[in-house]
Amino acid sequence: MIWIIVGVVVFILLVMIIINNSLVSRKNQVDNAFASIDVYLKKRSDLIPQLVDTVKGYMKHEKEVLTEITRLRTAAQSNEFGSNDRVVIENDITAGLGKIAIAVENYPDLKAGENYLMLQRSINEVEEQLSASRRAFNASVTDYNNGVESIPSNIIAGMKGYKLKNVFTIPSESRPAMEERPDTTF
Amino acid sequence: MKTTEDFETYFSGELTPTLQQLESERKKGVQMMWLIILSIVVGIGLAIATAVLRIHFVGYILAGLVFLAGTIVFGIKLSRIRRDVKIHYKENVIKKIVEFIDPHLNYNATSCISQGEFEQSKIFLQGVERYKGDDLVQGTIGKTAVRFSEIHSEYCTTDKDGKRKYHTIFKGIFFIADFNKDFIGETIVLPDTAEKLFGKLGKFFQKMNISRPKLIKLEDPIFEKAFAVYGTDQVEARYILTPALMSRIMEFKKKSGRIHLSFLHSSVYIAISERKNLFEPPFMKSMLDFDIVEGYFNYLQLSVQIVEDLNLNTRIWSKE
Repeated sequence: MIWIIVGVVVFILLVMIIINNSLVSRKNQVDNAFASIDVYLKKRSDLIPQLVDTVKGYMKHEKEVLTEITRLRTAAQSNEFGSNDRVVIENDITAGLGKIAIAVENYPDLKAGENYLMLQRSINEVEEQLSASRRAFNASVTDYNNGVESIPSNIIAGMKGYKLKNVFTIPSESRPAMEERPDTTF
Repeated sequence: MKTTEDFETYFSGELTPTLQQLESERKKGVQMMWLIILSIVVGIGLAIATAVLRIHFVGYILAGLVFLAGTIVFGIKLSRIRRDVKIHYKENVIKKIVEFIDPHLNYNATSCISQGEFEQSKIFLQGVERYKGDDLVQGTIGKTAVRFSEIHSEYCTTDKDGKRKYHTIFKGIFFIADFNKDFIGETIVLPDTAEKLFGKLGKFFQKMNISRPKLIKLEDPIFEKAFAVYGTDQVEARYILTPALMSRIMEFKKKSGRIHLSFLHSSVYIAISERKNLFEPPFMKSMLDFDIVEGYFNYLQLSVQIVEDLNLNTRIWSKE
């Protein structure tokens, strides 16, 4: 009899350990995915000064767009990653980059220039990586939330104080750009 | 892009004279086949007559001679005709169709995607024990380098009597193209058999698949139902499989049937399963049968269009 009880207790303990470990790995996956967004945001941020340098010689009439994006870049650096303000700033940067790309259309020389083309390619790349990392983050949050909510892992999640996390919503202005971009050719 | 109507015009203008020539050769081949059958029938008939009528035993020798001489002589002739027709067909019909579809493409009837490349794609992990292929097409479409050929790869099992039996790993068209984005990891997209058969439990099996990298759950439910995606990097897999590319792959799957894909070494590998042996001359049907040639045209067109279907010519990322 005693052995049966011991067996049951060991089994329950084992199951609890497995569930716990799976929850921890899901939580770490969320943190990891979150950090990767930051990596790509930094990468994008590094491209902004180059972009401004390349286009400022041409864009006399759109100076304020360039000043604005430089200001946003500095603001992004002084706001902690993950804060609401930072999200708003990053979304504004996305919109700002879009505005610059549209303004460049008025300057055929600039648009065809080797420097600008390379930069635009890098920006496209980082935007797509950024959107991929947001999607990866959302997928890991969904995975984590499933663990926190479903039975029996919710018991352990409750004991450890794990709470549901929010998914990212992709800013609406970047969504059509993402979908349409693959169809543009230079 | 060439349409079926364009091809019809090309068929009646350019291909028909060659096909007419080939058709008369094919008819000779069919004649040989009838002669073989006739030798067999006459041989057997003679043997039966000798037995029934109790003629001299020379009757049996004669029967044997007719049988053997007929099958061997006409058999050799038939196989020569078929070999020549095949070479002629591939060089003058299939090659021409390939050039018609895109003049930048080269066709080689006897080469194929190498076993090394096939295995490098990591689509099929089963060890290959017999490998053959032909009909290699290569060249550049726009800015994208492509290569594809027919492939048949098999593995072998030995039963308890020591008999070796070969089983197909993959048969069909194997396609390799330069991908338009740079990446360093591996992303493998496989048809989702586990989830289709076992539902939620299937997802569990997919996760447990230790021979593959990590399972990647994508947000497109239709794509997720059709494929299981494994990758070494969660972000990179999504960088490659954008929502736009996922829907493009779904569209392509509708046209081509069962497909496997992998993205590695900065290239995309696509395996399109097909049971039939493609790009071979017909023997029992007329060479001038438009449906047969059109079928091959469609297959080539399908492969060439992968570049357009998956948008591989769009070079807006840092990879040129």
